[in-house]
Amino acid sequence: MTKDLSRRAFLARSAVLGCSAAASPLWTPVSFAAAPWDTRLVVIILRGGMDGLDVVQPRGAPEYAALRGALAGQGGVDLDGFFGLHPALSPLMPLWARGELGFVHAVSTPYRDKRSHFDGQDLLEAGTGDLAGARDGWLNRMLQLVPGVEAQTAFALGHGEMKVLAGAAPVADWSPEAELTMSPQAVRLAELVMQDDPLFHPALAEALMLSGGAAMEGGNGAMAPPRAGGGGMVPVAEFAAEQLRGDARLVSFSVNGWDTHRNQSRTLRPALGQLAETVTTLHDGLGPEVWGKTAILAMTEFGRTVRVNGTGGTDHGTGGVMMLAGGALRGGQVHGRWPGLDEAALYDRRDLMPTGDVRAAAAWVLRGVAGLDRAGLEGRVFPGLDMGDDPRLLR
Amino acid sequence: MSFSSDHAEIRFGCGLSPQVAPAPSLEAMLAGLDGPDRMAARFPMVSHRDYWQRRAQWLELRKQRRKASGARADELADQAMNMSRGFRADLLRGLGQTVLRWSETQSGFRERLALFWADHFTTVGKSGPQRSAVSIYVDAAIRPNLSGRFGDLLVAAVTHPMMLTYLDQRVSVGPQSAFARRKGKSRGLNENLAREVLELHTLGVDGPYGQADVRQLAELFTGLTIGRTGTREFRPGWAEPGEEVVLGRRYGGNPARLEAVQQALHDLAVHPATADHIARKLAVHFVSDAPDPGLVAHMAARFLATGGDLRAVYAAMLEHPAAWDDGPGNVKPPFDFIASACRALAVAPERIETAKESQVNRLILQPIRAMGQFWQRPTGPDGWPEADAAWITPQGLSARLRWAMAVPRRLLADLPDPRAFVDTALGAAAPEPVRFAARAAETRAEAVGLVLAAPAFQRR
Repeated sequence: MTKDLSRRAFLARSAVLGCSAAASPLWTPVSFAAAPWDTRLVVIILRGGMDGLDVVQPRGAPEYAALRGALAGQGGVDLDGFFGLHPALSPLMPLWARGELGFVHAVSTPYRDKRSHFDGQDLLEAGTGDLAGARDGWLNRMLQLVPGVEAQTAFALGHGEMKVLAGAAPVADWSPEAELTMSPQAVRLAELVMQDDPLFHPALAEALMLSGGAAMEGGNGAMAPPRAGGGGMVPVAEFAAEQLRGDARLVSFSVNGWDTHRNQSRTLRPALGQLAETVTTLHDGLGPEVWGKTAILAMTEFGRTVRVNGTGGTDHGTGGVMMLAGGALRGGQVHGRWPGLDEAALYDRRDLMPTGDVRAAAAWVLRGVAGLDRAGLEGRVFPGLDMGDDPRLLR
Repeated sequence: MSFSSDHAEIRFGCGLSPQVAPAPSLEAMLAGLDGPDRMAARFPMVSHRDYWQRRAQWLELRKQRRKASGARADELADQAMNMSRGFRADLLRGLGQTVLRWSETQSGFRERLALFWADHFTTVGKSGPQRSAVSIYVDAAIRPNLSGRFGDLLVAAVTHPMMLTYLDQRVSVGPQSAFARRKGKSRGLNENLAREVLELHTLGVDGPYGQADVRQLAELFTGLTIGRTGTREFRPGWAEPGEEVVLGRRYGGNPARLEAVQQALHDLAVHPATADHIARKLAVHFVSDAPDPGLVAHMAARFLATGGDLRAVYAAMLEHPAAWDDGPGNVKPPFDFIASACRALAVAPERIETAKESQVNRLILQPIRAMGQFWQRPTGPDGWPEADAAWITPQGLSARLRWAMAVPRRLLADLPDPRAFVDTALGAAAPEPVRFAARAAETRAEAVGLVLAAPAFQRR
């Protein structure tokens, strides 16, 4: 709460100017200064615990078929002779073939043992070693280190909270269909009734700014009830692509639906389908030039149990998979150190043993994308992290 | 700060109403929790029996359709589609009925508690028919147990068919059970419900339990499933043989019985970690995102002293001075905002009862979704966020403003005089800028919208 407050408090200070500018027809996005870096970064949080072993399947492991039971026989595409890709991600195979889709296997956050979604997600987004004292998100701390970040450099999209972007650096929270258009008098009066509230006033200023200052002529006869927008992730991905073609450099949003406790051969497909659709929509929307300098990272709070449970699904686990896509990344391979599925190699004799920290992979990408140094990444963005050797995730 | 009836109705109830006087005292607020559930009787949901019969027909139609071909398949598909529309209509009607309960009640605290506990024990439907059944679950498991012992509420919610389905208990089977041995390796344990009972429903994530307790509780839960008529059933043949140890206590044994599950839940219900967890959660929900530690401790102590008597815990909350702190209270979640707005606007019940489904969808369900709350479909079993900042985002506030300006005139034949509406909605404590805005707006719809969008109405 305080983290969002402080961020919007920052906006509130500039709102005295920014807001009237936003409401003015003279306001256009072009008036923003050049962006602080050139590579486009998209961070997708996969909420619910994606089963990495079902997404990037270790078909070459001798224990694989026995441990995964019915999940082992779903077909799909061979990636490199050892790993295979879940069939629901096959729309992304052209990207793999061009080296623009990759994975990091057997990674996790430092979160262990209690296997709570909610603490797991909080830690993933905080980017810290534990949750004590976690106040802001690692993407926001990254923005705090880069000079020249503007109000629309970074976007948190959708209707859910994105703690990964919360913090003191300015971030635009938005959803594509949220445009607010009111008469100039209603705008002034809304500002008046909200002026003393430290939460409402900056949120209003930001809503008006992001609506592009499209003031309505006359009364509100045309105002329609708000709606949430359908079409799954496509509108969000299209909006993200539109922003990233312009001055935005960082977009983050969630893709949900990974908590496949039962009947996983059926229940995992819709979430993977959404993820594939999100990436293809970004690819198409960005166009070849911007796609060529885009890095998409998709990460989840934990992997799932190595064994299929008693109901055709998997329970909360530890090590999982991070997905990489975009022309800026070195795809066409499964990165990471594979721990094996031998009983003794498992974590707690039930989960995939994490051999890498998901934060280290993200840190190396940030280093290349925004030119941050190792000291800043290990000291500020991911405090206490040892980035280890360069996994060379970027081209 | 001490009791004031307007403050009490805004903070602990469904907001001010021009037709219903607020409870005059703390005693009256608590007394409103006793006696028959008038709102559930006046604005009922469909019956479980009716739901389950139609669900069975729907499943049968889909089965036949898969076997059929040609014109017969089309005909069956149409019939199944019509039934699906019926379930969707039930869901929307349930939303409308819940708004009306808020709008018409004499005991706003009771409605608030019903929503609080429905969220604490979140269930989400996984299919079209099931999505319409969440309201049935709330009326059966939650509402009758709002002010008795927490243990009774816990047992009712956790063992209700809706929860057994949502958190996969329905299909969990003891790995060494008679059933699993007959079936070979194809059936076994699912630890989803056991984990969430410990983490969310009772002890809290920082509570004194580990993976072994999750596993043991999951084994203890085996046998608990759903029967043919959609009601709870205990099948000893599905249960893991032998005893289980949860938090150091032994449960179960042979033969496996439902009573052992209930005993474990009752023990978890009165654990000190549960007392702290529930006290804090209530204080966060009703009073502040960062509640006074003295308030939480007072409530937790009452919880422990009374063995989880919820009415006594509520009394402990209401009698504590920190519950009445002045200053900005919590932001209303989207449903609460819209329902309390309908109450302040005195929307006629017939307007919502006779509204077409598409209207309920357009005027209520889609708007609260745009505000960040997809009715009865939170993304996880932890339910909706409590933090004010989770709701007052630019996109969320945009949707609140748009609803406030666009929807009231669609719900009322005549909008109220905005200057009088300030007093109706906010009481005597209305801030001067809101009074000014109500006078200065260019249209009546904008004026009413500004009153409803003002933090003075959005907060408690």
